[in-house]
Amino acid sequence: MTTTKAAGMTRRERYEAQQRKRSLIIAATSTVVVVGCLMIFVPMSPGWEKVQRSFFNGGVLADTFPKLLDAFKVNVMIFAWSAPAIAILGLLIALARDAKSPALFPLRIFGAAFTDVFRGVPVILTVYLIGFGIPGLGLPRPWNSPYIWGSLALILTYSAYVAEIFRAGIDSVHQSQRSAALSLGLTERQVMRDVILPQAIRNVVPSQMNMLIALQKDVSLLSFIGPVEIFRQAGVFKSLTANFTPYVGAAIIFLIVTIPATRYADYLMAKQMRDRS
Amino acid sequence: MAKLSLRGVVKKFGDNTVCDGIDLDVEEGQMVCLIGASGAGKSTLLRCINLLEAVEDGEIFLDGEDIAEPGLNPQGVRARIGMVFQSFNLFPHMTALENAMLAPRRVHGRSKADLVGEVEDLFKRFGLADRMHNYPDQLSGGQQQRVAIIRALAMRPEVMLFDEITSALDPQLVGEVLDVLLMLKQQGMTMVLATHEMGFARQAADKVCFLKDGKIIEEGPPEALFDAPQREETKAFLARALK
Repeated sequence: MTTTKAAGMTRRERYEAQQRKRSLIIAATSTVVVVGCLMIFVPMSPGWEKVQRSFFNGGVLADTFPKLLDAFKVNVMIFAWSAPAIAILGLLIALARDAKSPALFPLRIFGAAFTDVFRGVPVILTVYLIGFGIPGLGLPRPWNSPYIWGSLALILTYSAYVAEIFRAGIDSVHQSQRSAALSLGLTERQVMRDVILPQAIRNVVPSQMNMLIALQKDVSLLSFIGPVEIFRQAGVFKSLTANFTPYVGAAIIFLIVTIPATRYADYLMAKQMRDRS
Repeated sequence: MAKLSLRGVVKKFGDNTVCDGIDLDVEEGQMVCLIGASGAGKSTLLRCINLLEAVEDGEIFLDGEDIAEPGLNPQGVRARIGMVFQSFNLFPHMTALENAMLAPRRVHGRSKADLVGEVEDLFKRFGLADRMHNYPDQLSGGQQQRVAIIRALAMRPEVMLFDEITSALDPQLVGEVLDVLLMLKQQGMTMVLATHEMGFARQAADKVCFLKDGKIIEEGPPEALFDAPQREETKAFLARALK
């Protein structure tokens, strides 16, 4: 009794503090060992010096990094106009697939076909087909721009996924909410708009964050049909310098954006789990 | 003419007949309590009256008009009949006040400014004036249920349906919700309750109906039904329920 009082901790707290200290020591030791091994053994491998020269060349990195950052602005721009379009189209497709009125049956079929097609085809194929195919119709400038049609390909593909997430969100709102809203005399439409959708959208914010992160990376696929965004720019520098370091530079720029975004999405997801339990 | 009249109401879920030919008359200003074991069909009957479930057969007359007519637009009927649920079902993304104002704004097309005084009065009357701007998850169960009642009353319904509204509450919170029902009775509201609160039914109801297997087995004024039940099933149920 007197010892617990002296330490100012209960038996349980003392035990847990001890366990925490133990875990910390084990985690630190194992990290030091693993990192140490990597630092010792990787440079001992026969091709290391070559790899270091062609992938981790400080001089090349310093020369190309600012221009890569410039090219990244193109990615950001394409992302910035695609993301809102995806959110709107995705929501419309989700609503179309849940439409109950018989007059809207064609819309339901269209919604189902849309999600099946665009989720079933690799993104790069959609980018090629739309990005090369539609300008091939001989459209006048600026309507033959690969920026437009490449973005459209991304918008269509991502809307299909985003729509499915919205639908899951709509299903996640309990039936009793619908009953309560209907019992007040609201129409199906008002129930959806005022009661179901606000809750559904809030429920899927973390999942949609993950889609945004994926989109940010997939913008690079447009490089295959023309726009000189960061991946394409890195390719140009690779040819000029005969060195792969620009690709590593591009990867670093992506990570600077995606790691905080991923952490934030995980945080939202964990918070939601906590709120629900 | 009764305010609300049910004639031969049948409701099935697949092969399961939940309401099996129910006749019921509720006079203007009456409080009718439906009692019976879980699964007897009380909740389903209330959902049928509010057209949340479509009946297979039978008629439901509200002021003499058959509202069970297939193809009838249900919104107009639901706007006249309020319903309160066991699990409150408040909209979690709105404050208590917004919960109560949503339907009058959307259904009756009234403006916020026009409504707010009237709805605030309801909150005051039911002792929740200081809770109007709270979200549902900041309220106790009893408070949430009272907000749900206010939300239904804000539509100025002619009939109120209560589906075991105290069953999800802690025992010490039941009283505050039942008090609200007594206030409504004094104001002359026509009410139908599905309830397990036998003491309350006996004290406040004008008529009590005992349901078993989707049928009304016995009905009458509370003194008669509770003190001198005629049917064996009623006696057996009350013996268990009042133990």
